Amino acid sequence: MEKRVTFGSWTIGILFAVPQLLLIFTFFYWPAGQAVYWSLTLQQPWGGGNVWVGLDNFRSILSNADYWNSITASLVFAAISTGLAMFVALVLAALTDRQLAGSRFYRVVLIWPYGIAAPALALAFRFILAPEAGFLSVINRMWPGIWDPGLDGADAMASIIVAFSWKYVGYNFIFFLAAFQAIPRSLIEAAAMDGSGVVRRFWDIQFPLITPTIFFLLVINITESFQDSFGIVDIMTSGGPANATNLMVYKIYSDGFKGLDFSGAAAQSIILMVLIIVLTIFQFRFIERRVHYQ
Amino acid sequence: MVERTPILNFVTHLVLFIGFLLAIAPFVIVVIASSHNLKDVNDVPMSLLPGSDFWLNIKTAWTTADLGPKLLNSFIVATGVAAGKVIISALTAFSIVYFRYPGRTFIFWLIFVTLMLPLEVRIVPTYAVVANVLTPYQAILDVTGISWLIEKVSGVQVSLNLGLLNSYPGLILPLVATATGTFLYRQFFLTIPDELTEAARMDGAGALRFFIDVLLPLSRTNMAALGTIMFLYAWNQYLWPLLITTDQSHAMAVTELKQLIPNVGGIPEWNIAMAGTLIVMLPPLIVVVAMQRWIVRGLIATEK
Repeated sequence: MEKRVTFGSWTIGILFAVPQLLLIFTFFYWPAGQAVYWSLTLQQPWGGGNVWVGLDNFRSILSNADYWNSITASLVFAAISTGLAMFVALVLAALTDRQLAGSRFYRVVLIWPYGIAAPALALAFRFILAPEAGFLSVINRMWPGIWDPGLDGADAMASIIVAFSWKYVGYNFIFFLAAFQAIPRSLIEAAAMDGSGVVRRFWDIQFPLITPTIFFLLVINITESFQDSFGIVDIMTSGGPANATNLMVYKIYSDGFKGLDFSGAAAQSIILMVLIIVLTIFQFRFIERRVHYQ
Repeated sequence: MVERTPILNFVTHLVLFIGFLLAIAPFVIVVIASSHNLKDVNDVPMSLLPGSDFWLNIKTAWTTADLGPKLLNSFIVATGVAAGKVIISALTAFSIVYFRYPGRTFIFWLIFVTLMLPLEVRIVPTYAVVANVLTPYQAILDVTGISWLIEKVSGVQVSLNLGLLNSYPGLILPLVATATGTFLYRQFFLTIPDELTEAARMDGAGALRFFIDVLLPLSRTNMAALGTIMFLYAWNQYLWPLLITTDQSHAMAVTELKQLIPNVGGIPEWNIAMAGTLIVMLPPLIVVVAMQRWIVRGLIATEK
C-alpha cells in the first residue's frame, strides 16, 4: 500500500531513517556478517588473527554427536512445549469466549504468566518440582527415587517443558481469545438457530476461522522455544544432566563464552539462523495467504 | 445468547477454574514459600499456611542479591528500551511511509529482515561489537584506505575504540536494534487518511511540523502499547545482560536471581530464593495488571 500524498524533501526523509539504520548496521548487520566470517575461519590460540578454514567448522560441528544431541533436544523441547502451550491455551480461550459468568475474571488472570521473566518462573518451578522439597517431592516419599531432574534426563526435560509452557499458555491465550472475539457474533447465533450445539459450532465455525491464528502461533511458539528457553535452562538444569537439556542457544553460549570456541559458536549460530529463517519464510508464506484470504 | 446447556456449562466452569488454579499456583506458592523459615520450607509437602518470616526473607534476599541497585538498573534499561523503540520506530516509519526518495524499498527491506534473527541467535558477534562499538567503522576506514591516508597526512594512527560493556547504552542499544515497532507504526500510518496530510500541507505545515503536530498525537495509543510490550521485553532479558555486565554495578535484577542459588548440585535456601523471585517478578506483574488493555492491543498489532 502506498500513500498518495507525500512530502517532497528527500533529505529530510532520509534523515528520519538514519538513527534506525545506524543501529541496525552496528548491532545487526555487522555482527551477522561477523558471524559468517568467524564460522569460516579459525582463531589462532596465541593471537595472530584468523586462519581461513572454509567449511571445516561446520564439518566438525556436524560430525559431533553432542551437537546432534543438542538439535534433537531442541526439537523435542520445541514440539512438546509448543503442543502443550497451544492446546491448553486454545481450550481455555474457547471456553472463556463462551462468556459465561466470570469470563471477564478469567480473561484478566490467565494473561498474568505472560509478564513473568523466564528465569524467575524457572526458579519458581525449580522449587515446585524439586526432588527434595516443594510439592512434587511427595511422590518421592511414596516411591523413593522416581523423580529427580538432577539425575534423570527425561525428568529434567519435562521440568523445562512445564516451565516454558506455563508462560506461553498466557501468551497464546491473548491471541486465541482475540481471534475468537473477532468472529462475528451473528454467525454463531445463526448456527445456533439452525440447531447446532456448542461443540458442533466450535468445529464447524470457530475452529476453521481461527486457523490463521493457530498457524501463526505455531511458528512464533517454535521460534520462541529456541530463544526464550535460555533462561529456563540456565536456572533449572544448566544443560544437564548429561547434556539432556543442552538446547541450541544454551550450547552456543557455553561453547562460545565458557569454552571460548568463538568459531564453533559462530558456526552454530549460522546453523540456528538458517533454521529460524526457514521457519520465518514458512510464516511469510502463511501471512501472504492470509492476506489473500480476506 | 441464551442457551440451555447445563452439563457443558458445568464442564466449562470446571476447566476454567482448573486453568485459573494452574495459572495462579506458582505465584501463590512463591509467596507462601517466601514466608516460611528454612525448616518449614523444606517440609514435604510444604505447608500452605503462611509462615511468619516473610519480611525477614525478603530482607535477606534483598541484601544477598543486592536487589535495590539492580532493580533500579532494570528499570533504567527497560525504560530506555521502551523509549528508544517508541521514538526511533516512529521516525523510521514516518520516513518509509511519507517520503518517496530512491532506495526507500531497499531500506524497508533492510529493516524488515531484522525481524527474523533475534539477539539470542547472533549473541557472540554482537558481544564483540559491543566490546568496541566502533569496530565496524574502523574496518570501513581501513578497507577504504582512509585510515592509511590520515596516517600519512597527519601521522596519527586511527584506532577508534569505544567499549560499551558494563554500560547502559551497551545494554539498551542492541535491544532497540530490531524492527518490531517500525511495523506497528507503519501499519497505523497507512490507515491515516490522505486528506489529513493534504489539509496540513495546505495550511503550510512542512514534514517536521506534520510529524510532530499531527502524526505523533494520533499515535498515542500505539505508543502506549509498544512502550508496554517493550518495557516487559527488556525487563525480562536474561542472556544479554548476563554476558555484558561482568561488573556488578550494571547488573540487572533478573540476572541476579542466580546469586540466590548455589552452583549445580547444591540445594538453595528455598525460602530466600523464593523471596528473591517474588521481588523480581512483581514489577512486570504490576505492569501486566495495570496495562492489560495495552498489552493485548500491542501484542496483536506488533506481531501480525
